Amino acid sequence: MLLAATSAAEPTYVPVEGGALRSVLPPAPQQQETRVAPFRLRRTAVTNRDFLAFVIRHPEWRRGTVAALFADGGYLRHWAGPLTLGAEADAEQPVTQVSWFAARAYCAEEERARLPTWSEWEYVAAASESARDARQDPAWRQRILDWYAVPGDRPLARVGGQPANFYGIQDLHGAIWEWVEDFNSLLVSADNREQGDPDRTRFCGSGALSMEQKENYAVLMRIALLSSLQAAYTTRNLGFRCARGDAEPGR
Amino acid sequence: MRRAAGWLLVALVAARAAAGTPSEPPGDSLYRLSVPLVDQAGRAAALDLHRGRPTIVSLFYASCPNVCPLLVAAIQRIDAALADAERARTRVLLVSLDPQRDTPAALEQTAARLGVDRSRWTLARAAETDVRRLAAALGVQYRKLPDGEFNHSTVLALLDRDGRIVARSSVLGRLDEEFVERLRHEAR
Repeated sequence: MLLAATSAAEPTYVPVEGGALRSVLPPAPQQQETRVAPFRLRRTAVTNRDFLAFVIRHPEWRRGTVAALFADGGYLRHWAGPLTLGAEADAEQPVTQVSWFAARAYCAEEERARLPTWSEWEYVAAASESARDARQDPAWRQRILDWYAVPGDRPLARVGGQPANFYGIQDLHGAIWEWVEDFNSLLVSADNREQGDPDRTRFCGSGALSMEQKENYAVLMRIALLSSLQAAYTTRNLGFRCARGDAEPGR
Repeated sequence: MRRAAGWLLVALVAARAAAGTPSEPPGDSLYRLSVPLVDQAGRAAALDLHRGRPTIVSLFYASCPNVCPLLVAAIQRIDAALADAERARTRVLLVSLDPQRDTPAALEQTAARLGVDRSRWTLARAAETDVRRLAAALGVQYRKLPDGEFNHSTVLALLDRDGRIVARSSVLGRLDEEFVERLRHEAR
């Protein structure tokens, strides 16, 4: 019993049926739909408590020990110490100030999982509480946009604070930004004029992707943010959750 | 006998230290990444196979129609701008974004077609997730397209002897003088 009280509860992974996604970043101009294979996504983001257990087991991921290649100077800065959460980091808040490398290592080592891909994240984040795809619902859109208007220096809410969406997944919007496995695949041309010849010197293959559904600002903002990140970056509002493909072994 | 063995050990340790071998790379070194490679000759190699030499690293794929030939030409232009002694000390590592199609045979074919010096240039492939990590560490963005091609940003990174990124270039159409200057410095 004592052991149970000190170790974190087993994280819940929610099954998501696959399907077709009309992404704001279509795979190609002539192909508007992305196939999303069935997968499972963590119901809530990884917390400070979860991440503390990870760094206790993995000294190479502690603040002060982690290699500079894998995390910048802000890594877990809000914790009181390398192995102490302290007053600024509630155990049930999502862990933030973590790099992509650290997030990946957590998912692999701690939960035998991986980060979700952008397509998987976008697919589940299209859902409201009642609809699989609420992206055309003006009220739902407005609610998300209202969150983006909240100043970024407010304390982060504890995980699980929001109603579950259609799939039973929580806090995809209105909580934190989240790393995805392929954050460095979101090649966004700043301007459609770049789609012509000059771009061919910047990008191999066809030109950079152009974003569709310009009215879907909330998701476009996520892409703009993710595509601006470097893998070692850490910020106050950037955390993660893990995913597993259906064919991938869990624990 | 014991004494002889002791001296042998001392000599071995000294030899290893003199060769500058495997101390842990600095914290900001690319060589902190464990990325197993297979080169154009089918040999297994580690990402730090050129440790001890300044190395130009980039990502490419063999069947790339537009930018990759320009990227290779840019590296060749940098190579040509070096003095013979500097060039002899410089290494090039090109890792494929397309491990499915870029088999060692395809890489060897590409190396031959480009006429690169295989004693200094390595064309290699790595597992898909390792390519994603390597690209992330280098700040390269890429994406596989439905037709099998790749979108990717073009970045040449210059690594010092210990694998730290000391210069970058995205200049393809002409010689990047600043990059060459830094390379000369590293190859001294």
